[in-house]
Amino acid sequence: MKLRLLAAALAATVVLPLGIANAADLEVTHWWTSGGEAAAVAELAKAFDATGNHWVDGAIAGSGGTARPIMVSRITGGDPMGATQFNHGRQAEELVQAGLMRDLTDVATKENWKGIIKPASLLDSCTIDGKIYCAPVNIHSWQWLWLSNAAFKTAGVDVPKNWDEFVAAAPALEKAGIVPLAVGGQPWQANGAFGVLMIAIGGKDVYQKVFSDKDAEAAAGPEMVKVFKAADDARRLSKGTNVQDWNQATNLVITGKAGGQIMGDWAQGEFQLAGQKAGTDYTCLPGLGVNEIISTGGDAFYFPLLKDEEKSKAQEVLASTLLNPATQVAFNLKKGSLPVRGDVDLAAANDCMKKGLDILAKGNVIVSTDQLLSADSQKQMEDLFSEFFATPTMTPEDAQKRFVDIIAAAD
Amino acid sequence: MTGQANAGRPNQLLRNLHAKIASIPMILTAVVIFLGGTLWTVFYSFTNSKLLPRLSFVGLDQYERLWAAPRWLVSIQNLAIYGVFSLIFSLVIGFLLAALMDQKIRFENTFRTIFLYPFALSFIVTGLVWQWILNPEFGIQSVVRSLGWSTFTFDPLYNPNIVIYGILIAALWQGTGLVMCLMLAGLRGIDEDIWKAARVDGIPMWKTYLFIIIPMMRAVFITTLVIIASGIVRVYDLVVAQTSGGPGISSEVPAKYVYDYMFQAQNLGQGFAASTMMLITVAIIIVPWAYLEFGGRKRG
Amino acid sequence: MAEVVTLNNPSAKVSSATKPVAGPRGKKPRPLLSPRNIMIYGALLFAAAYYLLPLYVMVVTSLKGMPEIRLGNIFSPPLEITFEPWVKAWATACTGLNCDGLSRGFWNSVRITIPSTVISIAIASINGYALANWRFKGADLFFTILIVGAFIPYQVMIYPIVIVLREMGLYGSLTGLIIVHTIFGMPILTLLFRNYFTALPEELFKAARVDGAGFWTIYFKIMLPMSLPIFVVAMILQVTGIWNDFLFGVVFTRPEYYPMTVQLNNIVNSVQGVKEYNVNMAATILTGAVPLIVYFVSGRLFVRGIAAGAVKG
Repeated sequence: MKLRLLAAALAATVVLPLGIANAADLEVTHWWTSGGEAAAVAELAKAFDATGNHWVDGAIAGSGGTARPIMVSRITGGDPMGATQFNHGRQAEELVQAGLMRDLTDVATKENWKGIIKPASLLDSCTIDGKIYCAPVNIHSWQWLWLSNAAFKTAGVDVPKNWDEFVAAAPALEKAGIVPLAVGGQPWQANGAFGVLMIAIGGKDVYQKVFSDKDAEAAAGPEMVKVFKAADDARRLSKGTNVQDWNQATNLVITGKAGGQIMGDWAQGEFQLAGQKAGTDYTCLPGLGVNEIISTGGDAFYFPLLKDEEKSKAQEVLASTLLNPATQVAFNLKKGSLPVRGDVDLAAANDCMKKGLDILAKGNVIVSTDQLLSADSQKQMEDLFSEFFATPTMTPEDAQKRFVDIIAAAD
Repeated sequence: MTGQANAGRPNQLLRNLHAKIASIPMILTAVVIFLGGTLWTVFYSFTNSKLLPRLSFVGLDQYERLWAAPRWLVSIQNLAIYGVFSLIFSLVIGFLLAALMDQKIRFENTFRTIFLYPFALSFIVTGLVWQWILNPEFGIQSVVRSLGWSTFTFDPLYNPNIVIYGILIAALWQGTGLVMCLMLAGLRGIDEDIWKAARVDGIPMWKTYLFIIIPMMRAVFITTLVIIASGIVRVYDLVVAQTSGGPGISSEVPAKYVYDYMFQAQNLGQGFAASTMMLITVAIIIVPWAYLEFGGRKRG
Repeated sequence: MAEVVTLNNPSAKVSSATKPVAGPRGKKPRPLLSPRNIMIYGALLFAAAYYLLPLYVMVVTSLKGMPEIRLGNIFSPPLEITFEPWVKAWATACTGLNCDGLSRGFWNSVRITIPSTVISIAIASINGYALANWRFKGADLFFTILIVGAFIPYQVMIYPIVIVLREMGLYGSLTGLIIVHTIFGMPILTLLFRNYFTALPEELFKAARVDGAGFWTIYFKIMLPMSLPIFVVAMILQVTGIWNDFLFGVVFTRPEYYPMTVQLNNIVNSVQGVKEYNVNMAATILTGAVPLIVYFVSGRLFVRGIAAGAVKG
């Protein structure tokens, strides 16, 4: 440790004559590339540059399959970036175990992350063997039903207030030539929609038992039968969607060609960009209007272990900048997500976001599947539910049987 | 000239020395990268490696899971259908176009570029364009319907039973230009005297092609076959761009299974097991054939 | 040496064939309206229409504004032509925080594509030549491994190659990337050249050997000039493959070398937010422009490789 300090001191004296102490270029990789996302990242970069360091942007579009092999290769190939985004949860677990990632416990203790980060589960999923390895930056939740007020007006029915009313209103929508529920063709959308139905119909306990405890018996239980029944309804209502991307599906809701969509809070950005107003043009129902619970997944930054002392210092600065109250507000307003700190003021948030904040404040939260399940188990569920939603001949019972198998084998 | 084939020295090592030196990059690539990489992959397919390769062996677990996965079985079936049709149509269309191009036509360069340009465009967007053209609401179906044939149905990408043919249409559009170029290069390698002789003998043109030219182009056909076949086995981007494997899992292919499980599911072991199965299948077909094809005739 | 003079004829033919009319031989084309020609041109035009339809959709879409695209008819010509998507795709589209469009990675792509193409073709053509004409013991085994290697999905090889490059100290460098492109181009290209050289009349090679020409002399003086069409095919394959490569470009290098496809991916593949179809289409056509120019220009080398008299002379 002493040697390191000495080296740092030496390095600092070398740099000092040039002007700024502890200034370094830090390359940050992430997959936030759309308009709103880039604007949000710009806030982070601005805040970091203000500390005298320099944010070198390394954006790569497309999460999962595209960006992750690049990030992992860079880290294992011995040419790591300064910091990188992952969904917090279990994605970077092994990189940490391989000793490739940097321990942030010092910064976290100094700035009392344990006290300020709400809910605590966010920091828990950054913690491995008692040490903290990532800085969470936002909360995204999945549990929203977005409804087109115009579509229901056309069909001559009231805008539903919960899932059951929605299902009841569906025949009227269909008669008016409107697809009741838009579900895009990408596998993760069907899987996400099922997860939402599970919390809304099955309830928090079942969710915990199945995803947290991997309880196969609960997965086969009567509560889950109801959930699969609801998924069967959703499948019937989604017939005729014929789009791939989630935002194309959202667009069907915006234009009134579809009645509603089950999608995460990022869909909000689409409504905003289309100039629609919450309440008048569209309606949002957290927890499908049944169980007002939201899950707390989101994004976090990880910091690979670097040899360069200057850059290591800059990593600490970046970590603390990310959680700075002002950065949190600026970033999350642009991103449309919720801040990870309970103590910041989001007066500028819109109605739907405020609903989310309320639920968060009440503590009606659950840990997201990203944190509970391995990517592997999630992928298997994606395969199952995308097949289920596209295959009318597959019975809910068959699907449930396969679901139980996945849970039984999950890790 | 020293140390070459017929220099008369008995030393086996020095025989064809220049050829051996020139082949060092090839030998290194074959042994270190392809053989080494393959063995590495097969080796780790017996582990439960997740995000990073690690040595915790689980025997044949990954394979048992693979062959129990409905998605893998669908993928293989799709690959078989897609492979057979893609192979036949690519060869036939490619050769016909090349034969037409070889008739001393005007604007050959323009036509060749037109047939070849799809090859230069990124898969992501070609997938998108074909997705539009095949979309029942604003593609071909709606155009034909607006012409008065109101019951016309053409929605390959949204019908699980025929979705793989929708992908085939785009694949042929993308790839036949290259096949045409290969065939054309082959045709251009054929001695003009053969044509003259056939003409003198009064052999009809189609017969000349079928019984004289095509047998002479055997080598080109084999090259083309390998290029098309390797493209088929590795087909991935086009499926992702057009359907993401949907509807449901009805247009999944093996390479996509490998990638998805390696990088999205972070289950390297499962991905490696799937790619090992792909490689074994390929090797079973190719190795005996390659042995006959490349090992048989000696020269030089 | 008289041998070599006649063998040089093909290259002389090449230069004569680069005249504007791209007919393979100096002969006069037949009258344009013979029934045979009507059939040939009819078939070609029909095929051309099928190949051009998607391009038409792309160009038309790239010239429309977003509101017009949302109206839905993909085949209708633009009501109001706008070049904004093209400007945006080239100069202002954002990749994260860097808003300078495709232009950012253009020179990197050039820097990657030219050496990778030249080196991979050079190595593969020599491989093919050695395999076809100078077979040595074990060559077939290595070649078979190479061919099986052509069927390995690229992504599977990422981790082993990361390890190899790391051990060689080349990870993250341009050299490393060029090596990777050479490796993955090798199976198909070697096969291409080997089979082409095998199909050439053996007498050519034997005659040169009798004249005392060696490995490299025969390669440069005989094989190279006679194989222009196949070199063009190889170039088409490599330029397209390397220019359009995204995965290797980002996995094996560092950001200062990122090719243009990284920006293309970021423009086209942004998962969240509104998809700007017109910019996507413009970006795709712009990225494809370089391979397209190569196709068109190099196409003139598609001349007949074997001169009728070469063998007998």
